[in-house]
Amino acid sequence: MSGPALQVEDLRIDLAIGERRFAAVEGVSFTIEKGETYGLVGESGCGKSITALSLIGLLRPPLSASAGRILLGGTDLRTLPARAVRALRGKRVAMIFQEPMTALNPLKPVGRQIAEMFVLHEGASWPEAERRAVEALRSVRVPAPERRARDYPHQLSGGMRQRVMIAIALACGPDLLLADEPTTALDVTVQAEILELIRDLCAERGTAVLMISHDLGLIASMCRRVGVMYAGRLVEERDSRAVFRRPSHPYTAGLVASLPLLGARLAGGRNRLREITGVVPPVTAFPDGCRFNPRCPSATEICRDVDPPPETLPPDGLVRCHHHA
Amino acid sequence: MPDATTPILAVEDLAVHFPMGGGLFGGARRTLKAVDGVDLVLEPGECLGLVGESGCGKSTLALSILGLQAPTRGRILLDGQDVAASHDRRARARIVQMVFQDPYSSLNPRQTVRRTLEEPLRLHGTTDKAEIESRVAAILARVGLRPDQAERYPHEFSGGQRQRIGIARALVLEPRVVVLDEPVSALDVSIRAQIINLLLDLKDQLGLAYVMISHDLGVVEHMSDRVAVMYLGRIVETGTWRDIFAAPGHPYTKALIAAIPDPFRDGVHARITGEVPNPLDPPTGCAFHPRCPDALPLCREPPAIAFEPLGTGHAARCRRVHELAA
Repeated sequence: MSGPALQVEDLRIDLAIGERRFAAVEGVSFTIEKGETYGLVGESGCGKSITALSLIGLLRPPLSASAGRILLGGTDLRTLPARAVRALRGKRVAMIFQEPMTALNPLKPVGRQIAEMFVLHEGASWPEAERRAVEALRSVRVPAPERRARDYPHQLSGGMRQRVMIAIALACGPDLLLADEPTTALDVTVQAEILELIRDLCAERGTAVLMISHDLGLIASMCRRVGVMYAGRLVEERDSRAVFRRPSHPYTAGLVASLPLLGARLAGGRNRLREITGVVPPVTAFPDGCRFNPRCPSATEICRDVDPPPETLPPDGLVRCHHHA
Repeated sequence: MPDATTPILAVEDLAVHFPMGGGLFGGARRTLKAVDGVDLVLEPGECLGLVGESGCGKSTLALSILGLQAPTRGRILLDGQDVAASHDRRARARIVQMVFQDPYSSLNPRQTVRRTLEEPLRLHGTTDKAEIESRVAAILARVGLRPDQAERYPHEFSGGQRQRIGIARALVLEPRVVVLDEPVSALDVSIRAQIINLLLDLKDQLGLAYVMISHDLGVVEHMSDRVAVMYLGRIVETGTWRDIFAAPGHPYTKALIAAIPDPFRDGVHARITGEVPNPLDPPTGCAFHPRCPDALPLCREPPAIAFEPLGTGHAARCRRVHELAA
C-alpha cells in the first residue's frame, strides 16, 4: 500500500464537563510517513497523550474525538465501528506506555501476555504462540528469553518490563507504534538502551513511530520531524534540527532558552535561564486568540483577538503565530 | 567553637545497612548496604550535586544528613557537631532543611500557607505574634509570593507556586544547609527555569549550602559547584562541576553523560548495557565492572576500589582511570 502510515487531519478532541464541551485538542494535523519517527513534544495538559489515545481508539468519555480524520493507511479510524477498531488495535497500530508495571497484567507470565497477541490477532495455537513469544523476547534483547517468558512482571526490572511492552506492541508487526513517554520512568542509562532498541527494531521492520515526550532533547535526537503542542494546538512543526537551532514560535523559543542544556555552562559559562512567565492554562480556560498570548513576550492586540492560522515555514515547516521568527 | 574553616556539613565514612530476610518468614539473613562508606564535605555557600541512578543510595544518604535515618557506621557533622550524639532534633532542624520533589504531596492540603510557615517558628520558640507575622511576610517575599497569598490553601496554587511554598517552609528557620531532592523534576518544563533561578538567587543572597539530588545532568551542571557521582552505595567520582563534565574519569560518569540525548546529534548512544545489579549481592572488586565497557579481569578482584586522585579535589574509584585517560 502506498501513502503515509498515518494522516491526522484537523483533529478535535472534546472534553465534556456537564453540558459544556471544551476543545482539549483542536485543529491538529500531521502526517507520519512509513518508517518515519515523528515526535510530539509538549507539557502536561497540552493534549499530546490524548492525541495518541485517539489514534488507537482508546478515548473514553468525558473525552471524545469529535471532528477531523484519522487515516491509518487510508482507513478513517473515526468512522469505523468499535469492533473494527478493536481488530486494528494491537495489529496495525500498537502502543507502549510510560509505566510498564501498570500496563502489564500482574497475574500472567510475560510470555503468555506476548503469546496472546498471536492467538488473538493471527489465530495461532497456544503452543505455537508461546514459542513465538520467546522469539519476540529474544528480539527485544532480553537475556535467557526461555526462562524470562515464565516470569511475572514483578520479577522483572523496569527496563526489562519496558522491553516486554515493546515485544507485545511489535508482536504483530504494526504499521504504527505509539510510544507515550516510553522511558520517563527509567534511569538514563536504561533509557538510552530502550530508545536504541525502539529505533533499531522499527527501522528494521519499517514501522512508523509516534514518539511523545516532554523532553525536547530526547525528541530532537530521536525524530526527523517534531510537532510542538501547546494548549491543545500544534503550534510549530519542523525538522527536528531547526526546532532547536531556529525555533520559530515564541513558545518553542522560550522553552529552548529556558532549558539548562548539558554542556551549556562548559561552553558559555553560567547564564541566567530565561523564564517563561505564567502557567499552562487548564483546558477549561484556554485564552481567546492565540493560546500562548498571556505568557508571550511579543504578544500584541491581534494575538489577544485572533487565533493565528497555520503558516508555512519553508521548506516544509508550519507555525501558528502572528509574529513568528 | 566552629570557625570559618569548619565545613558546614561533613559526612565521615557513613554506612547505612538494612537487614533483609530472616525473622518471621525465615530465609537467609542478608544485608542491604544502601550507603557503604561515604565521605563528603560541604562548605558554606556551596552547591553539591549528587548524581546516580535509582537504588544508588542517594536518597538514603540525604535522609541520614537530615537525621531521619540512623547510620550503621560513621558520623555526620553539622557545623562541627555530631548529629547522632546530640539527639537534639531542633538544633539540627535549625541548620539543615529539605525541599521535596513533589510539591503536591509534600504540603498539608488542610493548612493555609500561613500555618505551614508559622508552625516551625512556633515549635522553635518564637512566640511574639508580630515577629512571626513579619518573618512569614519576609520569607514569602523572598520566594516571590505576595503576602495576601498566605491565607490560601495549597490546591489554590500552581505547581511552580507550590514549590515556592515548599522552599519558603524549608527556609523559614534560616537553615544553612538545604537538601534539594529532585527540586524541579515534578514541575512543568516551562516552569523549571523560574525555580532554578530562584534557588540560585537564594543561595547567593542567604549564603545557603545545597546538597542537590538530581537525575537531570543539565540541571546538575547548571547549578552545582561540586558533583559527587554515586553507584551502589558508594561515591565513585567526585570533583568540581568542571572536572565532572569536562574531564570525567570514571567510566560510569562517562556513561551517564553519554546517555543524555543530545538535541544537536542524531540518536542516543548507550555506552553501557544492562542494569544496576542487585544491591543484596553486589559484584566483587569494582561494583561497576559487569556493565563497564573498559573492565578487565583485574577490576573483579577484591577489595573494593580506592579513590585514585585525578587533580585537586578530583578523584575516581577506578583502577584503570589513569591508563584510560592517557
